[in-house]
Amino acid sequence: MAGDHHNQLRDRTQEKRQFTRRTFMAGAGVLVLMGLLGGRMGQLQVAGHQRYATLSQANRVKLVPLPPNRGLIYDRNGIVLAENRPNFQLLLTPEQVPDMDVTLAGLGEILDISDAEMDRFQGLRARSRHFEALPLKVRLTDREVAAFAANRHRFPGVEVEARLSRHYPHGPHAAHAIGYVGRINERELRRVDRRRYGGSSHIGKTGTELQFEERLHGHAGLEQVETNALGRVIQPLGRRAPEPGDDMVLTLDSRLQRVAEVAMGDESGSIVAMDVRTGDILALASMPSFDPNIFVNGVDRATYAALQEDPERPLFNRAVRGQYPPGSTIKPFIGLAGLEHGIFDPDETVFCPGHFSIDNVSHRWRCWRRRGHGNMDFLDAMIQSCDVYYYKLGYELGIDRMAAFLERFGFGRAPGVGIPGERSGILPSRDWKRQARGEGWFHGETIITSIGQGYFLSTPLQLAHATAIIANRGVSVGPRVLRAVHDATNGETLATEEAQRKRVVELDDESLWDVVFKSMEESVHGDRGTGRSIRSDLDYRIAGKTGTSQVFSLGQDEEYDEEELQRRFRDHALFTAFAPADNPRIAVAALVEHGGSGGAVAAPKVRQVLDAYMQGIGGETNHG
Amino acid sequence: MAELADRATSSRHISVLQRVLHLDVQLVTALLLLSCAGLAVLYSATNQSVDAVQNQIIRMSVAFTAMVVMAQIPPDTLRRWTPWVFLGGLIMLVLVLLVGTVGQGAQRWLDLGLFRFQPAELMKLAIPMAVAWYLSMRPLPPSLFSVLLTTVAIAVPTGLIILQPDLGTALLVSASGFFALFLAGLRWRVMVTVMLAIVAMVPVFWLFLMREYQKQRVLTLFDPERDPLGSGYHIIQSTIAIGSGGVFGKGWLNGTQSQLDFLPERHTDFIFAVFAEEFGLIGVLQLLALYLFIIGRGLYIAVNAQDTYGRLLAGSLTLTFFVYVFVNVGMVSGLMPVVGLPLPLVSYGGTSMVTLMAAFGILMSIRTHRKLWAS
Repeated sequence: MAGDHHNQLRDRTQEKRQFTRRTFMAGAGVLVLMGLLGGRMGQLQVAGHQRYATLSQANRVKLVPLPPNRGLIYDRNGIVLAENRPNFQLLLTPEQVPDMDVTLAGLGEILDISDAEMDRFQGLRARSRHFEALPLKVRLTDREVAAFAANRHRFPGVEVEARLSRHYPHGPHAAHAIGYVGRINERELRRVDRRRYGGSSHIGKTGTELQFEERLHGHAGLEQVETNALGRVIQPLGRRAPEPGDDMVLTLDSRLQRVAEVAMGDESGSIVAMDVRTGDILALASMPSFDPNIFVNGVDRATYAALQEDPERPLFNRAVRGQYPPGSTIKPFIGLAGLEHGIFDPDETVFCPGHFSIDNVSHRWRCWRRRGHGNMDFLDAMIQSCDVYYYKLGYELGIDRMAAFLERFGFGRAPGVGIPGERSGILPSRDWKRQARGEGWFHGETIITSIGQGYFLSTPLQLAHATAIIANRGVSVGPRVLRAVHDATNGETLATEEAQRKRVVELDDESLWDVVFKSMEESVHGDRGTGRSIRSDLDYRIAGKTGTSQVFSLGQDEEYDEEELQRRFRDHALFTAFAPADNPRIAVAALVEHGGSGGAVAAPKVRQVLDAYMQGIGGETNHG
Repeated sequence: MAELADRATSSRHISVLQRVLHLDVQLVTALLLLSCAGLAVLYSATNQSVDAVQNQIIRMSVAFTAMVVMAQIPPDTLRRWTPWVFLGGLIMLVLVLLVGTVGQGAQRWLDLGLFRFQPAELMKLAIPMAVAWYLSMRPLPPSLFSVLLTTVAIAVPTGLIILQPDLGTALLVSASGFFALFLAGLRWRVMVTVMLAIVAMVPVFWLFLMREYQKQRVLTLFDPERDPLGSGYHIIQSTIAIGSGGVFGKGWLNGTQSQLDFLPERHTDFIFAVFAEEFGLIGVLQLLALYLFIIGRGLYIAVNAQDTYGRLLAGSLTLTFFVYVFVNVGMVSGLMPVVGLPLPLVSYGGTSMVTLMAAFGILMSIRTHRKLWAS
């Protein structure tokens, strides 16, 4: 044993000697290279000193970055949604201002500076680097510009400059989809390519402004200028022009978007309209909305706090981020799963006594209609939205087959439409529950899942997309918000986005699509249809499904009195539809938060959007 | 009988710092001195911004804390963790590329919810650790097979970092791996062959793996003249700043080049030019001497380390530190192409400083956790 050790030790000694030798070699290398650096310094600082000292005296060459013009954002018909407007701004560079308080007080004497502007400026100052020029006041009038010019000498470090500033001409219109730009913060500054962003002060913060930042921004140019000793520009020496950002053409139709926004009125909620053949999102409304212009040059605290604290959450993009139980709007999907897996034949009936129970479980699952629907076949169960039929169907289908089928319609997955922050909702399954809750699946949960309650959550965008997949008989197209990219200088089309087209659902019996189509059409046009409130005076056919999703669950035997509940406890109203029923072109999903009944509240809003579309808004002209 | 392996550290000389906190007095002193010099230049380079100096002090505190923490971990423990650290780092590098496809320009960060993290930084430690770990289990000098395996272990993460793209870090991590190999006694002819092999892999990256904008960046890196108004301008301005400083310098806060805004990036990558302008050749030589002392101390720790793992790791980390200094000063003085590496402990910025100080923590751990040697 001792011998082994000895042997190993000799090896190690040899290795150690080798290491020491190599380390000395490396050390020698370090010395040589350090000597090289020292020599270079001597060369510059001793031999070259005279020359460089002279150059430094005469050094009058500065680089001035030239920020590029940001690309514009258009709707599909060329209506400008985001543009750049020249305006005069009063800019302060903190490091050049000798006494900030005196300067601000002095400026307050000659210009009208509101408390909000002052507050906004102080906020900017706290967040920005001291050598950045920060706007104290934007959009100066000619009179104000003149007033400042006369007093300019009193204010070192303060300038009036004509700058291009992002402007959203329609204010709150489509604000969530378009998004907005704001001043670049420290964190973003670290992320961006500084050469591209030289001189740029703004960057996309949300929506398409953020999503397409890379292309919208463009590439900064540089100008070499000769300056006098004080740094004032005498003459330009060389120039590399900035490359402007590209223009983005969205799939949105501003007119249809407005119809959706108006339809929503004072309610909180979302309407998403989608061309089922192209995957184009035609309207992506989230209400209430906000004016994105206030964020461009920094927002004052009071305004921001008001937006933040508004219980209706205007900044929240419900269309892609709002996750709600789909309620009965899920029934066409579950129903199709049941038919496809042969749980029921379309003609087979289930008796609805108003409740449903399973062996060995005391709980009773109630139908929304307490006295029951009687015998229900597939068509009747859809038209009248019978819960018991779906309880039984879902229970026999089982959660695994249900989840696998629904997944193909995009539930449980962010659709990737091109708006940052899309949520994926929740498609309940055994795997999901194990991961999210660390628990196994209970049979009772399958039952409640089959009417789109329980853990089930989806966004309005997901619902519209899933409906479009039904309308396309199993083909998913898009969804997408970007239609094309145009060169800002010559208007040439740089890229047209091809929507992703994929068959996601294949049925053994393709005629089942017709059964589902018919059931959704009858839900609107049938005499007992839950969506019949919108069927009058229709010169085209709508296929749709109502939904009412519980915000919180009531105890089994509690009576439900809507009048007594506060509004915020009221159910969400949903409606999802496509039209025309025989040759679908558009799919629309609407969600009205605490709206109550899907048929009475959400369906009419969808109809307004469909009517507008059928009259040619967002329609044929743009489809190849 | 037992005796201490290293007689230089005889018991009565071991200070409290060394015994209780596992710190190396000489190294800590030199690093603190360097930090103070760094803060002084930073104050000048930021036009006397107290905010910037305060921020930097906070970052330095974090970095020194990282050093103290790392110094507490015995090298044996570190060695046991090595394969997992390396694997974890590799997975995160892949994740960064996958998650990062949406982002713009370089995607280097991984959002861990609570804080964000740059896996490439971890690799600066993980690669020398992994190479030292592997080679310490083999007879040295390493066999051809060992060399090949090690090269792959270095090349894969390096490639991933190039894809981010973060060429400065790629350079550092590949150098750190190479140093460990070199110190382990890599044979000269193998060294030349491997070098050639790496050169041969470049076209593969270029043709198949890199995107157009990444290629553009690389081209500008090696040829600043492609971008005469960008990097070329930086070099002209920084050499003027250095040269005009002369032997004695213009004095603290009096560098005209730096103060009058001619020098770009003057508080980050180009801060050395500010230092050279204001403190002259005398200051520069003192600063370089301080760096040289730190490197010398690191190599001394390496030579006196007790086992192969400690020796290779300490040596490789120290030489990597030298690469920082050499590349940065060489770049600012116009000897080398512009590679975005900071001047350690002087440039403004935090991420790489934390890694660097963690590396010094490892050195100190190797120095201070000594086993009694039975013979």
